[in-house]
Amino acid sequence: MLTPWLFGFVLMWLIPMIISIYYSLTDFNLLNTPSFIGLDNYVRAFTGDATFWQALKVTFIYVFFLVPLRLAFALFVAMLLNKDHRGLGLYRTLYYIPSIIGGSIAVSIVWKQIFGNQGVAMTLLGAFGIEQKTSFLGNTHTALGVIILMGVWQFGSSMLIFLSALKQIPGSLYESAMVDGAKPWKVFTKITLPMLTPTIFFNLILQIVNGFRVFTESYVITDGGPLDSTLSYVLYMYRRAFTYFDMGYSCALAWILVAIIGVFTVVLFKTQGSWVHYEAGRE
Amino acid sequence: MGMHKKKTIHSVMFHVGACLLGFVMIYPLLWLLASSFKSNDTMFLNPYSLIPEVWDAAKNYASGLEGVGGVPFWRFLLNSFEVTIVGMVGCVLSSLFAAYAFARIRFRFGNFWFGCVMMTMMIPAQVMVVPQYIILKKLNLIDTKVALVLPWVFGGAFFIFLMVQFFQGIPRELDEAAEIDGCGRISTLFRILVPVVQPAIITSSIFAFYWIWQDFFQPLIFISSPENFTIPLALNMYLDPDSYNNYGGLFAMSVISLIPIIIFFIIFQRYLVEGIAMDGIKG
Repeated sequence: MLTPWLFGFVLMWLIPMIISIYYSLTDFNLLNTPSFIGLDNYVRAFTGDATFWQALKVTFIYVFFLVPLRLAFALFVAMLLNKDHRGLGLYRTLYYIPSIIGGSIAVSIVWKQIFGNQGVAMTLLGAFGIEQKTSFLGNTHTALGVIILMGVWQFGSSMLIFLSALKQIPGSLYESAMVDGAKPWKVFTKITLPMLTPTIFFNLILQIVNGFRVFTESYVITDGGPLDSTLSYVLYMYRRAFTYFDMGYSCALAWILVAIIGVFTVVLFKTQGSWVHYEAGRE
Repeated sequence: MGMHKKKTIHSVMFHVGACLLGFVMIYPLLWLLASSFKSNDTMFLNPYSLIPEVWDAAKNYASGLEGVGGVPFWRFLLNSFEVTIVGMVGCVLSSLFAAYAFARIRFRFGNFWFGCVMMTMMIPAQVMVVPQYIILKKLNLIDTKVALVLPWVFGGAFFIFLMVQFFQGIPRELDEAAEIDGCGRISTLFRILVPVVQPAIITSSIFAFYWIWQDFFQPLIFISSPENFTIPLALNMYLDPDSYNNYGGLFAMSVISLIPIIIFFIIFQRYLVEGIAMDGIKG
């Protein structure tokens, strides 16, 4: 029963992992025979490659802004929708649609047009008398912001997860808080937020892992520019491998990324005891 | 009386806010649809407007359907459907088998293999792409549709995880009774368990459909000749300013690329929302 998965795992993961580790220790451009150079690729990344640091910086900024913003916004909207109003199903659907189509090229094309030259954003600001010399995507200070905004726009799936978690909080908790006369903010920080921490934790890990693999937006909307200000780590890896045919170095970059994600995951798991609240009797 | 009035004001404020947010969320899509109807000359006159001043829908869609690089658009559409359907069916079946094995069958190193499943969930697939490329090249599969299907047909960690959770919620007596009645494993799985885990299967199918349909990274690397392009690659080529500057056609084809996703969403919305709530899969 496990055979199909096992076959795929060996072919698409296990063997690639082994040869990737090996290539990361070699100088290899697809045509030559890989020559073993030890840890040189790793040393080169950390000591002699400014673009590596730039890509790392861009990706960290992306993750550090996107993940909290998206989760906070998702939680905020989920709390607003967690009430009795008519038409909730419709709103839920509207807010969720961007999450579904967000990964497609078509959406990246739309964002490129909206925030690009002669785009919607520029024209609208122009109509209000705010003239800009460059578009948001042409400006090194704002281009990454546009890409982060696109990620926040796709808050829908996190919102759905929060909604279902909110529904599972026992109403009796809120009733006793009401009896005690607790203020709404206090109810939020003392009941809602602690009860949601397992969900937040799970989301945080997923979103961080996902954030580090950002590629399509960076590739289609800005192609890493202007001046590498939106050069994501995976885009840089891609260029190293398939523009410069620097396969060994690209493999080393890949393993550095795995290590970074690994560190984040381990640190999050280590700290969960201090802030993630699990109900007694539930794992 | 005062209380009632306050409640009405509250409700109106909620709906105004929710509709505004809904409009912002859906605006990029409406913009894309409207732009696909605008004539190329008037496209950038009032870019934010959702009402075309000069309609040119027929020309846009006709010119888009002509395709790029000498390949008509229906070819890309067919490729996308082919890859997505084969990939989706294989992915869901393999995941179902693997999940059944993990949840129900005791075998050696079971925990170790499940750990491997979880590992493939944490490591971004992009990291494996260089060695995968090299393996596929050795197997002479680069620039074939087989290369696009291979990463999917052996199952995916997300789906295995989702289905294992579902299996664990089903009492073992159910399949034990079937086995006593002389059902083999395969027939127990398909006759007894599949009807019960149907929601998980449907949720997995939908996500597999979305992810494969929108997949851009792997086709970008594995495919080079236009007759094997899937839709994301084709759109990317439309976008290339050197070969094309027919925005109307580009937007028209972007609209077409989203239609299958939207139709799928409308049909299976209920399962999606439940599936997400159940497991917290990222859409």
